Amino acid sequence: MTALLEARGVVKRFGGVVALDGLDLAVTAGEIIGLIGPNGSGKTTFFNVATGIYAANAGNVMFDGADITRVPARAIYRAGVSRTFQRSRLSLPLSIFDNIMIGNHKRLNQGLWFNLVKRGDFKREFEASYHAARALVEVFEPALAGRMFEPVAGLPMIDRRRIEICRALISEPKLLLLDEPSAGMTHDETAELMNDILLVRERKKDLTIIIVEHEMGVIERITNRCVVLNFGRKIAEGPYRDVAADAQVQEAYLGVA
Amino acid sequence: MAGDAKTSRAAVWPGIIALAIAAGYLIALLAVEKQSLIIALLAVGIIVVIAAAWFGLLDGVSHAFSDHEDALGGFAILALLAVGAFFHEDHFVLLLVTTVLLYSVATLGLNIQFGYAGVLNFAGASFFGIGAYTSAVLNAHTALPHLIVLLIGGLLAALIGSLLLLPVLRTRGHYAAVVTIAFALLFKTFLEVNDVLGGPQGMQVKGMTILGWSFNDNIEIGGISLSFYMNYFMISLLLLIGAFVVVRRLERSWIGLNLDALRLDETAASCFGLDVVRWKITAFLIGNFLIGVAGAMFGMVGSFVAPNNYTFADSLILVSILLLGGIGNPWGLIVATFIVVVVPEKLQTIQEYRFLLYALLVIGVLLFRPEGLLPRPVRRYFPGWQP
Repeated sequence: MTALLEARGVVKRFGGVVALDGLDLAVTAGEIIGLIGPNGSGKTTFFNVATGIYAANAGNVMFDGADITRVPARAIYRAGVSRTFQRSRLSLPLSIFDNIMIGNHKRLNQGLWFNLVKRGDFKREFEASYHAARALVEVFEPALAGRMFEPVAGLPMIDRRRIEICRALISEPKLLLLDEPSAGMTHDETAELMNDILLVRERKKDLTIIIVEHEMGVIERITNRCVVLNFGRKIAEGPYRDVAADAQVQEAYLGVA
Repeated sequence: MAGDAKTSRAAVWPGIIALAIAAGYLIALLAVEKQSLIIALLAVGIIVVIAAAWFGLLDGVSHAFSDHEDALGGFAILALLAVGAFFHEDHFVLLLVTTVLLYSVATLGLNIQFGYAGVLNFAGASFFGIGAYTSAVLNAHTALPHLIVLLIGGLLAALIGSLLLLPVLRTRGHYAAVVTIAFALLFKTFLEVNDVLGGPQGMQVKGMTILGWSFNDNIEIGGISLSFYMNYFMISLLLLIGAFVVVRRLERSWIGLNLDALRLDETAASCFGLDVVRWKITAFLIGNFLIGVAGAMFGMVGSFVAPNNYTFADSLILVSILLLGGIGNPWGLIVATFIVVVVPEKLQTIQEYRFLLYALLVIGVLLFRPEGLLPRPVRRYFPGWQP
């Protein structure tokens, strides 16, 4: 089977620091991949390269048969890649609905004439979008569905994470990149959030997920396969149990005794 | 019923009462000449507003406005018409109110740029001036219909503004603001050394004529005589209504959402498909268009343009209106324009110190009410809409 996302020899340097050092990685459609490794091993940098925030210095990234190495972020999103951020990057003064609609950009009519003049048509699109967003939010937290027009600034961390994931899912991407979804949350909250993500995936079987996570319980439970990075290189790959037992991985995480 | 507050629409009457009081107060303030009385009126106004806020009376007003904006917009127009009718013979007051209406149009334009897209424009008065000079030149040398001249004034402000786009798009935040400051300073110097445009003395502007109806003649209707400024008051009111509707619809659309998204987090916005450059340009051009149209109208109202009317200091006044009113809230901007334009004009004693007054107002607002007098509420796409 061909890979949905494939990175070949990706290099990303920041001045003298080599964040990604010839990374090779392939993800097949429908997989859930855990991307793990110590702090600074290049996990988030890889997400930023794959979503077009950073341009790679060498190597290339293919998505769904097309080269996306030097494609702007907005085009990669249109091709079907969505993400969440390590530090929640919601627009805090905006409402829950607005934040989710930011993620729905490619499916909304952006024409000036449509938005300013054809208000009847706009209202139909608005109502359809409202119901879609509300249905998605209900999967994660039914209590939030009644608060769609409240600013997200007043919500606790777990709800902000939920909204962020809804923002990434509303446009029905092919590939979802989750960057440390458990950050800032308790163990139980994380477990709940993961169940909700799996629930969404039940409905849409072909959704491929790459998850960066430090909580290994999460990785063990939901991933089919793990890729371990250290100093911007892949040092191990395989089911969680195998990579956890790998001597090189243990050394990377714990240091040499 | 109180328990249904979340699901039923708020009552409309607190909004109507507030508009009626505001209109009455404005008429009183504009009619009074004696300085001590004006100061007393201003003090009463401030105390009443603070007291009303303290006792929670303003909540009803704001709910009424968020649920019945279209109806209350109609009443606001009636209130302004009542003010105009009251002063139908008074040249000075009509000119003052017309100035407020046109400044409001300009700040609405600035609001699209700064309030929504986050592009600071410290050359607002320059683009206003481009509109005014457009009508001065076109009315003197061409026979173009004056409504077309307004349109050209707006287009020219947008076109010349697009010279600034490249540096503004390549820089961010304060640096982009500095580019616009440079433009404002250059613009004034350009006018001063340009003899074709009258140099430092400026130019006369021919008054407006539409289909043979000259706006500079007093009006006689059935024995009642109206000041010729009534013409300008009416057309400026129409311009304000138009600009208000455009800004409102823009905010309450996916485009308004795009602009908010790119202002708050450019990187996140571009990860969700947003073309940052395209939307910044759109906001900048639409904003400048509104400023230019207002300026073109203002040139004809004032019948005179000179470089000294379009300085960097005037741009700062426009920005301070924005800060005072509540960035992003068109209602707040109109209220703030009334305060900033009318108060120094009525308080002759502080005329010379008006910049001090603006500075104090802005500092006071930033300290005690950082979101402005009327903070922008969360976006409601359709007022009163219930799922």
